[in-house]
Amino acid sequence: MLSGGKAVSGADPLRLYGTELSSRLLAGTAQYPSPAILARAVAAANAEVVTVSLRRESGGSRAGQSFWSLIRSLGVRVLPNTAGCRSVKEAVTTAQMAREVFETPWIKLEVIGEEDTLHPDVFGLVEAASILSREGFCVFPYTTEDLVAAEKLLGAGCEVLMPWGSPIGSGRGLNNPYALRSLRAHFPGVPIIIDAGLGTPSHAAAAMEMGFDAVLSNTAIARAGDPVAMARAFAQAVAAGRLGYLADPVQPRDMAAPSTPVAGRAFSDLARA
Amino acid sequence: MRITVNGEALDVSAATLAALLSELDYRGAAVATALNQDFVPKRERDKTPLREGDCVEILVPRQGG
Repeated sequence: MLSGGKAVSGADPLRLYGTELSSRLLAGTAQYPSPAILARAVAAANAEVVTVSLRRESGGSRAGQSFWSLIRSLGVRVLPNTAGCRSVKEAVTTAQMAREVFETPWIKLEVIGEEDTLHPDVFGLVEAASILSREGFCVFPYTTEDLVAAEKLLGAGCEVLMPWGSPIGSGRGLNNPYALRSLRAHFPGVPIIIDAGLGTPSHAAAAMEMGFDAVLSNTAIARAGDPVAMARAFAQAVAAGRLGYLADPVQPRDMAAPSTPVAGRAFSDLARA
Repeated sequence: MRITVNGEALDVSAATLAALLSELDYRGAAVATALNQDFVPKRERDKTPLREGDCVEILVPRQGG
């Protein structure tokens, strides 16, 4: 039971393009030590949405089909990505291909503009988002903290924003908390998912405490020494961070404020040395 | 006829995209196709002729972040 905070009683669903989800942790599916560990980690994360990609198949292998069978057996929604696309054309074509194979209009739209940081090309992103939205896609744009880019993405038809915390795979957490807070404050009604760069559960908790609606984690879980345990840790951190946000945290202050009542303190009548 | 499939030059006999998938043993697999960087839906593969020098992409579900 909560009072005085932002919490509503009971369920606290996440709504993405009209779909209600109870989990606020989305999971990537890459870089796991094995398919079995991936499956256990997704379960431990309590993830209802996992990201997937489309790739060429090498050397006559049919690994793609067994991977797809595994994902379907997990009973989760898939969010296909356009990872690695470096132009609007590549991203749009990849999204169209993904919609057919994965049978979903959801697309995590990546248009990458710089190799070392995998920095989103926000200009290409807005253009691709506009095209795909007109074609009926539900676009989840992988973007930066840029307020104007966010505004233009919403104008292009996006109903969700996915800013990075820091560069993909870097594990640096929230690189620019000031800008992220600003983004959160500017778009209070828009579901915002912190997408990339988280390294530890505390990063996820921090994002949720700031009022973001969900986080997406791949590398931090998949490359941990124990991915299943880390998936559980992220799930708990996301839940704790969300509850902390809803409970309306105290604001930091510069000076101490006694927590124990001052009134009635023994010896208070004695002069201090 | 020489075409490029997933970045590799191949000599194929297939006259259509659908026939190419059969020739390369993708029949029944979950794949998505593009011809010269344009998406070709499944239902249009048998109506999509291949020409010398075409670039075909055949993509499959994979792990992603």
